[in-house]
Amino acid sequence: MEQPLTKNIKAGQTLSLKEYEQAGGYAAVRKVLKNNAPQEVQQMVKDSGLKGRGGAGFSTGIKWSFVPMGDDARHPKYLICNADEMEPGTFKDRLLLEGNPHQLIEGMILAAYAIKADISYVFLRWAYRQAAEIMERSISEAYAAGYLGKNILGTGWNLEMYLHTGVGRYICGEETALLNALEGKRATPRAKPPFPQVSGLYGKPTIVNNVETLSCLPHIINNGAVWFKSLSASEDSGTKLYGVSGKVKRPGVWELPLGTTMREIIEEYAGGMANGYRLKGVLPGGASTDFLTEEHLDIKMDYTSVAAAGSRLGTGTMIVMDDATCPVGFVHNLQHFFAQESCGWCTPCREGLPWVEKILLGLEKGKGSTEDIELLQMHTQYLGPGNTYCALAPGAMEPLQSALKYFKDDFMAHIEKHKCPYGN
Amino acid sequence: MTILIDNKSYTVKAGKNLLEACLTLGLDLPYFCWHPAMGSVGACRQCAVKVFKDENDTKGRLVMSCMETVTEGLRLSIEDKTAKAFREQVIEWLMTNHPHDCPVCDEGGACHLQDMTVMTGHDYRRYNFKKRTYTNQYLGPLINHEMNRCIQCYRCVRYYRDYAGGDDLNVFAAHNHVYFGREKDGVLQSPFSGNLSEVCPTGVFTDKTLKEHYTRKWDLTMAPSVCNHCSVGCNTIAAERYGELRCMLNRYNGDVNGYFLCDRGRFGYEFVNSENRIKQALIRNRTNEAATEDEIMEHLQPLISVNKLVGIGSPRASLESNFALMQLVGKENFYQGISEDEAHLNRLVVEMLFSGCVHSASLKDIEQADAVLVMGEDIWNTAPMLALAVRQAVVKTAASQASQEIKIPVWLDSAIKELTQEEKGFLATLTVTTSPVDDIATHSWHAAPDDLARLGFAIASYLQPGKINNTNFSEELLNRAKTIGDALKKAKNPVVITGISCYNDNVIKAAFDVAVALSTSDRKTGFCCVMTECNSMGLAMMEAPSFSVANENIKTNGHATAVILENDIYKHVTSNLADEFFNSCDHVIALDALHNATTEKAQVLLPAATFADGDGTLVNNEGRAQRFFQVIPNTTSQVQESWRWLRKLQSLKLHTLNGHALHPDDLLREMEIALPQFKDIASVSLKHDFTIHGEKIPRAPHRYSGRTAILANKNVSEPKPFNDEDSPLSFTMEGYKGTPPSGVVPFFWSPGWNSVQSVNKYQDETNGALRGGNPGLLLFKEKIDNKDLFFNDVPESFVAAKDRWLLLPKLDALGSGELSSYSAALKTLSPQPFAIMSPGSLLALEAKEGDMLQIMDAGIVYGSLPVKADENLCDGVVLVTAGLRESIGMSWGARVQIGK
Repeated sequence: MEQPLTKNIKAGQTLSLKEYEQAGGYAAVRKVLKNNAPQEVQQMVKDSGLKGRGGAGFSTGIKWSFVPMGDDARHPKYLICNADEMEPGTFKDRLLLEGNPHQLIEGMILAAYAIKADISYVFLRWAYRQAAEIMERSISEAYAAGYLGKNILGTGWNLEMYLHTGVGRYICGEETALLNALEGKRATPRAKPPFPQVSGLYGKPTIVNNVETLSCLPHIINNGAVWFKSLSASEDSGTKLYGVSGKVKRPGVWELPLGTTMREIIEEYAGGMANGYRLKGVLPGGASTDFLTEEHLDIKMDYTSVAAAGSRLGTGTMIVMDDATCPVGFVHNLQHFFAQESCGWCTPCREGLPWVEKILLGLEKGKGSTEDIELLQMHTQYLGPGNTYCALAPGAMEPLQSALKYFKDDFMAHIEKHKCPYGN
Repeated sequence: MTILIDNKSYTVKAGKNLLEACLTLGLDLPYFCWHPAMGSVGACRQCAVKVFKDENDTKGRLVMSCMETVTEGLRLSIEDKTAKAFREQVIEWLMTNHPHDCPVCDEGGACHLQDMTVMTGHDYRRYNFKKRTYTNQYLGPLINHEMNRCIQCYRCVRYYRDYAGGDDLNVFAAHNHVYFGREKDGVLQSPFSGNLSEVCPTGVFTDKTLKEHYTRKWDLTMAPSVCNHCSVGCNTIAAERYGELRCMLNRYNGDVNGYFLCDRGRFGYEFVNSENRIKQALIRNRTNEAATEDEIMEHLQPLISVNKLVGIGSPRASLESNFALMQLVGKENFYQGISEDEAHLNRLVVEMLFSGCVHSASLKDIEQADAVLVMGEDIWNTAPMLALAVRQAVVKTAASQASQEIKIPVWLDSAIKELTQEEKGFLATLTVTTSPVDDIATHSWHAAPDDLARLGFAIASYLQPGKINNTNFSEELLNRAKTIGDALKKAKNPVVITGISCYNDNVIKAAFDVAVALSTSDRKTGFCCVMTECNSMGLAMMEAPSFSVANENIKTNGHATAVILENDIYKHVTSNLADEFFNSCDHVIALDALHNATTEKAQVLLPAATFADGDGTLVNNEGRAQRFFQVIPNTTSQVQESWRWLRKLQSLKLHTLNGHALHPDDLLREMEIALPQFKDIASVSLKHDFTIHGEKIPRAPHRYSGRTAILANKNVSEPKPFNDEDSPLSFTMEGYKGTPPSGVVPFFWSPGWNSVQSVNKYQDETNGALRGGNPGLLLFKEKIDNKDLFFNDVPESFVAAKDRWLLLPKLDALGSGELSSYSAALKTLSPQPFAIMSPGSLLALEAKEGDMLQIMDAGIVYGSLPVKADENLCDGVVLVTAGLRESIGMSWGARVQIGK
């Protein structure tokens, strides 16, 4: 089983520039900058079938193709790495950032080249202090080695790269809010259209890609689209960093073929449930995805299969809920997070999420009624995609709507017993 | 294009968004964050509708109507069940934190949030938890802050920051604790802050001056009015209850002020209620000075019949009053009550606009200009709304370029802002010293007026070589002229703005030449000259000699009775000139609304109506004649329009007391004959006896309450309402219930639309003209292909001279204004008088900042003023605050002496 993204990563260690080059690093940059036009790089990536690993799963090559190319395109263009890994339960990008920073930098150079960007930023989660130090150092190394800066590898192409650390707002993971934050404005998402590809950072053409997505690029360039597709165990190409947290024996993150089953990941890699606990539900791709249950364990963890089961692959990092955890309390905890992280721009999210949170707390305290269930259901319906300004509230509703579906009995028990049956 | 709304076909304009299209069609669709002047941002989600792919699509998709462009054949539904339920739900969400304090809220009954709540049908709140609360801030004497009511529509910050360019109001915090306010308590710094009270859809930002004498908005009697506080002539609504003026509201005029007013205009009204008002006619120098009207007439009969009369007109009195004075004293004895220097400049401006060589620019023209040149005038302080219009011009120019570049509609506000970033259209500000307008200027240059004029002539010469003889321009000046000239040449709709506050005719001539040189068949160029008062233009058009001539005349001929119309001579000319005049007069009759130095000189003082207690017509600096209507019914006091007093005096003089009622339109008809330059002036408004189906237009809304109780403490039977014989408006709530003709709209209201947002029901289309046309009569017409007038007198460069300092006025956006300075709230924001000089000038005087300086001219000592240093001011110039309550008439534009 090939693990191109993580094979060189050793626990607790960071690959230096030298080590990365010894392992074949920067070969892709050397190869394409000399031999390929930007559009050819775009085509290679499009052919590879790479989809964004940040959660939305949109084709990277197609995303790039909306960037105006040609001489009359507006400059500077920007390439931004979204390293604001804030989704609860998600810690996959951290591994790549801390373990193999140059793989990411090389990926960013390739992406920047593909869209003829002039300036690139790494937008890093505030709490990743170690990653910040590592990225700072690695970017300097890349500058010193001539992979960044003016006239890269004598090709006449220039690319600047900067590290920007956020201040800890979940909404900055939304690419347009990230752009506003980067401009020093309030981290409020933007209306689309216009899309960032046309009017992004400072109103200029911009691509925002996830750490894992960008880290795939050197390998696609080096080994080709066919190879990349062959890595997968499903229709989607490549490998995926899967994570598991919750009351399992060995929580962690593993690079596996895209389409590995949930059962295999949880039972084999995470070692199954910790002693005395049974699996009750799984959020397959982070806090903003729908619950799946034991009956879904055999589905493949790829974009299509998870969607078919009624959830989303999201970031591919699972949160496992055990049978000793109260689903109402669990969902309340999530809604507390989402309500707090709402940017406050649009009414449904700003006013709806705190209401949901309060209802759930009321239920958990045994003060709920059946009308509360109706109100929760109303919110899951009205905070849907398109009704709100961005995807935060719809994402927040995913675990709630599925919890109401799969764990309705638990909700009803809170109402009937006037207390939390789990003793909360 | 054709679209289908709830399966009914409608024709709508391409390029609009769905919300605009629906509102233009007269359909009701609720909204909060969208504002016609500020465009769409999609924050509130209130205007949701369903759109359907085609006739087979039954499911449809919920969209925000403000964010979608109309497309041919588009199918949308307002009535769709889900869309309606969603809109209702948005209100329920907003209500989870709204305090429901309508009974104690100033906006109650005139609240957009209330209207939208009712419109969506939301009536029962299911939220059972505590509401979030905020601490309010002190925002100064004009605006009250009540954050708990906030529904987070973001309009306030978008207006204050993006639209008006302020930076001390912002949005703080996040999620459901978003806070709109200042970093800390303090006076809002923008001179456009009052508009927050109309921009806010509920009661967060309210008019604090109204709060001082609060009344429910539906209990106000309202009348269409015109602002008195500068020469721009913004349209206002004056609102009264219990005989007191309660507040001023914006009155939309698509060609003038649109949706907004400046703070001087909005809050300057309180002089009407001031303790300084003259309410009683006086005959001075007798035991009981208070006189009845009969006593006045008896007293004046010999005076005006025997003596020669000299009439001193006023730039702040109506056309009717000035004309009535002219008729009383005879054309040859009528003078403008302003200095010769100012009259000279005003005559020049009238000559320029009458020539037809240039297009006289409206505020709307300025807002839509794609390049602006400001020559000499500190518009931020002399005509604030012009500065706001210039800001829109530069912002919209950048926006329309961006919009074409990537094909997004200009109303998609946040996307446009993102694309344009700091980009602005071309603006050059060539002024004596810095102004906040410079912040958005492409090119700013500060110099003495003569040097500004030289640059202006150099620009005109660059644009039309050969027309200016002088070639004695420096290399630097020529380069500057080329830069500005090139930018102006690129524009399709440039505007040149100048003004008289430099007291330098060369500045105005140079600005005019630039405008003429720019005017070509494919380039519509606007010209705008700021004047000092609300009717400076009207008075100037009467072509009377200045006060200085009156003084010479009276000194030579002696034995005259002066009739002074609404004019404090001591504010317009130096005190020795005024004293000389009054000493030469046998008698002085003054008509005015406020006591001042001039009324002190009057042996007979007649209480004149203000804009609020009388009717009249003003001509703004564009040459737009606009009618204002009385709002305070006059039942007991002697206060009446000056023109009415003057006409009574005329009858007295001519012994023609025929009891014949006189109306403002009668006077204007006489004026058309006597002064042909005022051709058609009587058509400025409807005739006094105009009715619709026999009904007058009510000044009071039909929701007006308590009319039987208002005077019940005096008499339980309700008195007959005050009868207005001068206008088509009535002082009651009865009368015509439809939309009145656009010039006589006393208030905006439509069923279900009780707030100012109801203006959309009165417009042709969003941001369009009022139905029936924007009110106002234009007195100047551009004559195509007439470019005959061109000035050629380039002055020499300014030379600073010690002991001969050039004296110029420094106005203040809020503090300046003879009348508005009697509004308590504005007075607290007014600076104390001071002088400004360059550091170099101070050095030459061996003075330092803060020293008291004495300014002297021809032996008059103007008093001591503290001096401030301004490094942007050139050497040899001294600026002195003007128009403040304490300010006196000075010899502006003269060379004066300065002592420590």
